[in-house]
Amino acid sequence: MTVFAFYLFAALMLASGAFTIFARNPVHSVLWLILAFFNAAGLMILVGAEFLAMLLVVVYVGAVAVLFLFVVMMLNIDFAEMRAGFMKNAPLGVAIAVVLLAELVLGIGAYRAGALELGVPDGSAAPLLGESNIESLGALLYGNYLFLFETSGIILLVAMIGAIVLTHREQRNTRGHQDIGKQNARRPEDATRNVSPEIGKGVEL
Amino acid sequence: MTEYFISQGMDESWAIFVASVVGILAIALPLMLAVAMVIYVDRKVWAAINLRRGPNVVGPFGLLQSFADGLKVFLQETIIPSASNKGIFLLAPIITFTVALLAWAVIPFDAGVVLADINVGLLYILAISSLSVYGVTMAGWASNSKYPFFSAMRAAAQMISYEVSIGFILVCVVLYAGTFNLSAIVEMQRGHGLGFVNGYWFNLLLFPMWVVFFISSLAETQRVPFDLTEAESELVAGYQTEYSSMAFALFWLGEYANILLMCALNTLLFFGGWLPPVEIEFLYWVPGIVWFLLKTFFFFFMFSWVMATVPRYRYDQLMRLGWKVFLPMSLIFVFLISGWLMLTRYDDPDYDCVPVAVEGTTGTDDAVLCGPERIVP
Repeated sequence: MTVFAFYLFAALMLASGAFTIFARNPVHSVLWLILAFFNAAGLMILVGAEFLAMLLVVVYVGAVAVLFLFVVMMLNIDFAEMRAGFMKNAPLGVAIAVVLLAELVLGIGAYRAGALELGVPDGSAAPLLGESNIESLGALLYGNYLFLFETSGIILLVAMIGAIVLTHREQRNTRGHQDIGKQNARRPEDATRNVSPEIGKGVEL
Repeated sequence: MTEYFISQGMDESWAIFVASVVGILAIALPLMLAVAMVIYVDRKVWAAINLRRGPNVVGPFGLLQSFADGLKVFLQETIIPSASNKGIFLLAPIITFTVALLAWAVIPFDAGVVLADINVGLLYILAISSLSVYGVTMAGWASNSKYPFFSAMRAAAQMISYEVSIGFILVCVVLYAGTFNLSAIVEMQRGHGLGFVNGYWFNLLLFPMWVVFFISSLAETQRVPFDLTEAESELVAGYQTEYSSMAFALFWLGEYANILLMCALNTLLFFGGWLPPVEIEFLYWVPGIVWFLLKTFFFFFMFSWVMATVPRYRYDQLMRLGWKVFLPMSLIFVFLISGWLMLTRYDDPDYDCVPVAVEGTTGTDDAVLCGPERIVP
């Protein structure tokens, strides 16, 4: 059963990864990418990392890929122009491909030459006996690696605030700013007036 | 259930497979029936609030109205617009419907009555509910028509916004319960209020979070007052405009299955799930599933009540409520609740201790590691 599930997930993931690249329509590409994410989550569940699998679905499928889809759907793609661009960018693309291929070959060669000595695991990162994924991850992140974890959090926070500061434009005084409190506090008495004008005479506004 | 099939002389993996299929059918079929009846209840409640009669022609009291509607829709022609992206156009309602059913796998209906009692149950629900945006977005894009596309954009923005605050509310509940497992969260609510009220709603720190959660679940399921994705005065029928026949029905069923799911989540997270409202012995004579369904349908009544009485929000107000009110509020409550728990629960010297198995002993109570020590092997 497990073996069947593994080959199912792995095959689907490879296939959808390939389709992500080969699909003509960019929206189809994003949808295939989402399927690949899904199957990766399935593989993670098979190795017992259910917390990471759920995080992958929540973060990548639920948020990142939605934004991808959002952007790609808004694009108006001219396929003829894209093909013209393909020939123009081909030399650069080939150069990048060669570098990547060289890295892969070197990496495999280095791996064949013998695994890297990274020291003997001292067991400090081993999951605790009888604890769930979440508990052992939490104990490690908020225990042993608290400083590193908090530091990365602060770096992300700074990056986020930086992005907002760089793109934010103050529009409060330019035009049409709405004050929600003022809108909510507005009552019919403030905006309307009941009058009973005599026939043939208008109303002073 | 697996044991029963093994005792019938089945191979173990076959028994697991058959038990899963039987369990899925035992949830999905009553759910579909419940959706049909709930649509009828919805219309009856709106009618009662508007001083109308509501559906009353098909069957006694109009009870079979939903089935008549279903039959009508089933016999219609499926129209696929020629300019649409056919594959995605047909896939979208299927995804909406499937995703609406998927999340029910981890919902416990009674003590131990759950299809998949997984440790990350709440995260699973969060993951699955974040998928429901795809059905709407794909439908809007594949229709190749302006109004569905606007609707899809609105839906994507709205659902992502409210998921953020829902995530933080779930964090509050998880902090209190100390677990992501839904059955365990319900068990932790036993006698939570003054020792005899079951449920987190009684807690002064969690009650505001329930209010926020209820409103966010209205927004997440695109119900009035947040139904801007299908605002008929602006967008015809939103993302469903180009759909007909069964494809349309699948959207409809999925939408109501999602609403029921949100009602069930309100029940499980804040109102004690299958536990009776207060700890009194004779209330336990009523089966737990009855309490669960009663509470769920009460929340459904609240959904219809809101729908019949509250006018629709403007889109900028919707975004403001999500990002400027709910998100900071739920963040502050995560902070407050963690502080409160640090103050009360972690003063207990035995709280953070785990038993450690020592060789030659039975394990529990022999050796104990506490606090930060427990992570050092």
